[in-house]
Amino acid sequence: MIFNFFRSTAGAVREINQKYATPHIKMTGGVRFSLGVLRFYLLLLVGIMVYKFITLLH
Amino acid sequence: MNIFSQLYYRYKKFLKTIRLYLIIAGPGIIVMVADNDAGGITTYTATGAQYGFHLIWFLILLGPVAYYVQEMTVRLGAVTKRGHAEAIFHSFGAFWGWFSLLDLVFLDWLTMITEFIGMTAAMSIFGVPPIVTVIVSWIVMGTMVLQGRYWTWEKVALLFCGLNLIYIPAALMINPPVDKILHGSFIPHLPPGGFTNALFFLLMANIGTTIAPWMIFFQQSAVVDKGMQEKDMLWGKIDTAVGSLLTVVVAAGCVVLTATLLPGQIINDAATAAFRFMPINHYVGALLAIGLFDAGFLGAICISLASSWAFGEVFGWAHSLNHKVKEAPWFYAYYFFDLLLAGTVVLIPRAPLVLITLFVQVIAVTLLPAALVFLILLLNNEETMGEYKNTLFQNVANIGIVVMIIVISTLYGISALFPKILGG
Repeated sequence: MIFNFFRSTAGAVREINQKYATPHIKMTGGVRFSLGVLRFYLLLLVGIMVYKFITLLH
Repeated sequence: MNIFSQLYYRYKKFLKTIRLYLIIAGPGIIVMVADNDAGGITTYTATGAQYGFHLIWFLILLGPVAYYVQEMTVRLGAVTKRGHAEAIFHSFGAFWGWFSLLDLVFLDWLTMITEFIGMTAAMSIFGVPPIVTVIVSWIVMGTMVLQGRYWTWEKVALLFCGLNLIYIPAALMINPPVDKILHGSFIPHLPPGGFTNALFFLLMANIGTTIAPWMIFFQQSAVVDKGMQEKDMLWGKIDTAVGSLLTVVVAAGCVVLTATLLPGQIINDAATAAFRFMPINHYVGALLAIGLFDAGFLGAICISLASSWAFGEVFGWAHSLNHKVKEAPWFYAYYFFDLLLAGTVVLIPRAPLVLITLFVQVIAVTLLPAALVFLILLLNNEETMGEYKNTLFQNVANIGIVVMIIVISTLYGISALFPKILGG
């Protein structure tokens, strides 16, 4: 039963990935720039959190 | 037409307008009042106790900020007929979609734990054991959604929003100094002691409680579930404006309460404030405790719905409160799973509740900027928004607000991780 649940969930996720494989927003310079800055921002935050986690462990 | 006919005509027209507003009102008021959740009430009571009436003007400024952000969700929902999660998947693809959905779900779950912490702490003042509070809350929350109509859910939620205004009579009961309130409300100034790190942290906390990621997802999904159309948009905006006014009034009421009765004291949670009120004024203490329970309750029902709607939109489940349980089993299953999981954590002995509250602040920082940036980009997409896309003025105002929120919420999150970074 649990195996079936995970299998059907994985199937649903694959379907969603296919459905939304292509972004529908027009990729203007402004949109590309905003998404790029957002990626950088999130990577920076994750880096800070990982640093905090490591310093906590020590 | 004589003067009586004219007056009668105007009276009828006014009544019709009010009736129309009452039909459409809901998502804006609910999201804004629920924004004053357990965490919000704690922040406001701490602000009043620590800085007296000096920061009411700052809370008043946050009203328009919340309005401008939430108003965009009304337009986006009414035009696209998509919730925010689905809109992100559709417009930005699966990567950003999954990032937003999973971040939202995790953050919502953590925030709901803080709502249950607030509810149990508030009811413990009346001697109600946490397990009773949690179980009764589950039953009421379940009954609200199981009747199978969005309209009924909304009207019951509005009743709880009305209860949230309890802070206003409570503030009036203690005869606060009106001159100090007026000075603190309308003359922007810094508290005695100037701009300190402690003040900066509290200002950031107030901003952090004003705009939360779940609010964006909730209101857009609620607008869609309610079936709001482009023609209803003006009413949706008025609804949001009324909600933002109420949220500011409630926040100011909390500040007035602690500024008058507990000046100079350090308050770490609103339940402590209610407990300290009891020997001073039993009724006011009881009202604050009832208000805190209500704030946590409202927060929990809205946040769990925001997650359920988002999951339903993306997975293609039936996801409307207008559906019966049989018609939308996964939507309701997720709603209850979320509530049960959050409530259960609070009942676990020695659960790391302080760590969870800290985590909420940190995780919110990863989702809020993304949700706000997506919101601005979606509102500028002429293909989907057409004539309802952001105007130049709206872009200047909204981008300014979004940049400010991102910078301040990031500093807030970082200072939560590294408390000494600001020298505090």
